[in-house]
Formats: sequence, structure tokens, C-alpha cells
Amino acid sequence: MNAIELRNLTKTYPQFTVDNVSLDIKQGYITGLIGPNGVGKSTLIKMMLGMIRPDSGSVNILGCDMPKQEVDIKQRIGIVSDDCFYYEHLSIRDTKKMIAPFYKKWNEKKFSSYLEQFELSPKKKIEELSKGMKVKFSLAVALSHEAELLIMDEPTSGLDPVFRRELLDLLADMMQDERNSIIFSTHITTDLDRIADYIAFINRGKLVFSEAKDEVLERFAIVKGDSQLLDSDIRTKFVGIRETAVGFEGLVDNRQEAERLFGNYAILDKPSLEDIMYFTAKGGRIHA
Amino acid sequence: MNIIISNASSDPIYIQIMNQIRQSILSGELRAGDSLPSIRQLAKDLQVSVITTKRVYEELEKEKLIDSVVGKGCFVSGANKDFIREQRMKRLEEKMIEIIRESKDLSMSQQDLIDHLTLLFEEEQTT
Repeated sequence: MNAIELRNLTKTYPQFTVDNVSLDIKQGYITGLIGPNGVGKSTLIKMMLGMIRPDSGSVNILGCDMPKQEVDIKQRIGIVSDDCFYYEHLSIRDTKKMIAPFYKKWNEKKFSSYLEQFELSPKKKIEELSKGMKVKFSLAVALSHEAELLIMDEPTSGLDPVFRRELLDLLADMMQDERNSIIFSTHITTDLDRIADYIAFINRGKLVFSEAKDEVLERFAIVKGDSQLLDSDIRTKFVGIRETAVGFEGLVDNRQEAERLFGNYAILDKPSLEDIMYFTAKGGRIHA
Repeated sequence: MNIIISNASSDPIYIQIMNQIRQSILSGELRAGDSLPSIRQLAKDLQVSVITTKRVYEELEKEKLIDSVVGKGCFVSGANKDFIREQRMKRLEEKMIEIIRESKDLSMSQQDLIDHLTLLFEEEQTT
């Protein structure tokens, strides 16, 4: 079962295009949508939420068509973002009073306990909240109406490392129920990626891959060695290479082949998602 | 049961988790019928992905060390008793060899060691 199904989504802007993206987000798992800044992650998320209409293609969320069943869908999803969609001059308490009646399954007790846990005062106005506090507030709202699907756009960018760790626990709590799903977008891949099950990588408006994280990390490898090893044939095996006066470092997407090719002549390292993102985004040859 | 993941290790995370659970079973710390944390609880506790812990349990199930019962969770299996016994015997032998070497350092004879062991064995049985 898929929590989200995107089919051939295309949206063209003068400077930039989301190009024919089809993507399945699996139910019961956490998916990380990763990619550099400005490659279409937020545009994709806004299309999932019906905030941007695609030029062509379809969006299906929790088995319902977007935008036809938008109201039903929104009952069942939680949205977390540091872009605040609330009225700036209202307090947290007043904002809650305004939003809560929209949700059939609003849980007031849960909401108060999250406010306490996140150290948010109900009297504070939205405009007084820091970026991180806005994320916490929208998280409290999202977790207080029994959402089955959490959609988070850059949730960690405004958060300190202490709360980022706490967030991992909150998300894992939600994932104890295997009917729930989470998707988040990020360009910082070092924290949330720990608990992500699947990784969808977006670059320049296109989907590069969407796979289980463990498979991705086993398939790719970082090769380091003497630049003299690089002939034109070998170069084609690399997704990206960074060459310096003291050697090269490159990303290959077939670890076994690289092991055969380089044997003991080069060092093969485990890549991080950040490595994969960097070399894929840069591509070809990078001179440093 | 403790599970400790090292970021410095060259082993993938699922192998590290698998080795430690297997070790707990083979050492007898976990016994047949003992329940294991659920896939999702373990993922939460270790802050790893659900797919990782799922894979661990699948591999251990293949080795017949654990059983998963739909709706009830995972349990240490009693099916692979011979294998577990064999592994525990191996560990016992390793410890015995250590004792033999230590006794040689103390210039004990074989008979001294056996006498001493017999004495301790009897003491252990009366308590």
C-alpha cells in the first residue's frame, strides 16, 4: 500500500521545471526527500498538499484523489513546516481555537501535553515565535489530530540539535503504528536520515532514485586514490569526481564493480547520503 | 540484552545488531521462548530505520534462531537447540583452555587441576 502516489507530475516555471516525477511513498515507513536547495522538493510537497496545481499528472494521498477529495485528505494528514500558515497576530491559544474545530479527531489533552513538552506558552503570539518554535507548534497541531500521514517540509532546518534528537523519538513513537507514514524533505542529511527507511533523491526537478536507504548506502561507494588511476575509461564509471593536486575522490554507483576495478590500488569508503548528494548534484569533474 | 551500535565500525548497522542478538542467544542470556522487542520498538530504541530491524529479524529467522508469530511478535526459537548447544559448548571449551593455560602458569599438574575442579564442582552442587 502506498501513502502517496505521484504520477507524471510536471510543473513549469520560467526558471525551473519539475519534470515528470512519479514517486510512491510507502505506508508504514519514513521516507526522506533529499536534494540540494532549489531543486523542487518544496514544489513537490506543495503539489501533494494542493497548494500548487501541477500542469499535468496526478496526486493520490491515502487512497484519495487530490484535489477532488482534498477536505477528507487534510483531516488525515499533518503538515509541519517552518513556513507558518497561521495568522501572525494571534496567540497560540487563539490559533488553536480557530484550527481545532476543523478536525474531527482533535485531541485537546494531547495538544496541551505537547505544548508543555515543547515549552510553548499558549499566550505567545505566532509572530513572536522563532523558526524552531514555529516548527514545534505545527508539529503539536499535526500530532494532535490523529494524523496517519505526516508531511514535513524542511522540519529540521530551524531546530537545535537537542530538539532534533527529541524529534526522532516523537516520529518513532508515531511509527509504532504500522498504518502511519511520514515523509520529510531536507537538504541536511545527517540527522533525520538515521531513521529514514526510504530515500527519494531529487535533483534539478527530476527524481534521481527512490530506494530503501540501506540499499542505497550499500550500492554506492566512495573511491579515493592517486589521480594517475583515472583514464578516460575509468572516468565513465564515476557519478562524480573531485580531483586535487594530491589525489582524487569520487562516487561510484556500483560498489562491486569498483572493488574489481581498483582492487588494492584505491581506498573504498562507505558513502554518506551527503556524499551521494554532493557528487550527483555536481556531476562530472569537480576541480578543487 | 544490550545492543550497541558503533559508527566507527566498518560493518553495516544491521550486521552489528544481528551479531549482538545472535550472541545473546548463543550465550544463553536469551532463552527459548523469551520475547524480543518488536521490530518498530527496536528501531525506535536504536534510532535506526524500521527496514534495518526488519532485516535483522528476517536473517535471524532464516538461521532458525528466532520465530516470528504474526500479531504476537518475535521470540527466541527452541528449534535450533543443537546449534545453540554446540555454540555454547564451543565457548565453554574456550574458557577451559584458558583455565588450563592459567594453571600451567601456576605450575599445577593435570591432576592438581582436576582435583581442584572436583572440589569446586562438589561445593557448587551442595549449595
